[in-house]
Amino acid sequence: MPLSEGSKAPTFGALLLRGLLAGLIAGLLAGFFAYGFGEPKIDAAIAIEEAASAAQVPSAEAGHEEPLVSRGGQKGGLFLATGLYGAAMGGLLAVAYTLLRRRLRTASDTRAALSLAGAALLGLVLVPYVKYPPNPPAVGDPDTINQRTISYLAIVVIGLVAVWAAVVAKRTQPTEWRQAIAAVTGFVVVVVIGYALLPNINEVPATFPPDLLWSFRLTSLGTQAVMWTVLGLAFAALLSLGRRPATQPEKATAAAA
Amino acid sequence: MPKATTAGHVSTPAVSPRLLWTALTVVAFMLLITYLVAFDQGAVSQSGMYLHELMHDGRHLLGVPCH
Repeated sequence: MPLSEGSKAPTFGALLLRGLLAGLIAGLLAGFFAYGFGEPKIDAAIAIEEAASAAQVPSAEAGHEEPLVSRGGQKGGLFLATGLYGAAMGGLLAVAYTLLRRRLRTASDTRAALSLAGAALLGLVLVPYVKYPPNPPAVGDPDTINQRTISYLAIVVIGLVAVWAAVVAKRTQPTEWRQAIAAVTGFVVVVVIGYALLPNINEVPATFPPDLLWSFRLTSLGTQAVMWTVLGLAFAALLSLGRRPATQPEKATAAAA
Repeated sequence: MPKATTAGHVSTPAVSPRLLWTALTVVAFMLLITYLVAFDQGAVSQSGMYLHELMHDGRHLLGVPCH
């Protein structure tokens, strides 16, 4: 076996494949979490929605409109949604890893992969979550969906910028404690400006049960936390699995010599 | 490559214009998939509202604004 194999970088394709696979695993596990903990809340919210529309329109034809996809179909579609979303996020993570790995000041690939996934969890999930917490069915005015979508995308971008600002600010400082303060300050400044500039949205009807809203939002956060935690761990694991065969022959020849 | 051998191992390929273009294409494709799951209402998938409705629960639980 040629020695050069040991020091050769994996191709972009190999990294991308690992990201996609890790994303698929993460998406399916997040799907199981969402199925177990989230679906009961969605069912409860839909029951409230249907009770409300039945009260508004007493005529039978409006209330019994045949849905395009049955509830059972939507519960299966949940796995399609989380699986596809996970794979897409895994692909994006692999691209970010490929382009940013050399700029991350760590010798550990595992640490690099986990930091990128952690940055995504913070910027892509937690920052948007606080400003625009997710809502169950029966909450939300269909007429404002475009405005809500644009605001949501804006806060996602701001979340990523905030993480980037934290890293940039950290690197301006010489000592560890000053780096920590700079990172937090950079992050908070961007987030606060973003939160202040973007409109507040609260479309939860006064009659919607607050405990159901709370538990739905918690399971939504849980689903996304499972997604990014598993994605980071699985990507790091697959990176290290892919590397082992390449480094072993190097060690073997070193031992022989 | 010489820099790489001093570091022990290289874990990513060198960033070349060609790699950047490939990466950009991949990013565009991944964002398209994300769009299909999270935001599409039939305009891109050409399936009417079928895919939108099928992935309805996932959208809610992934924290994306929905109807």
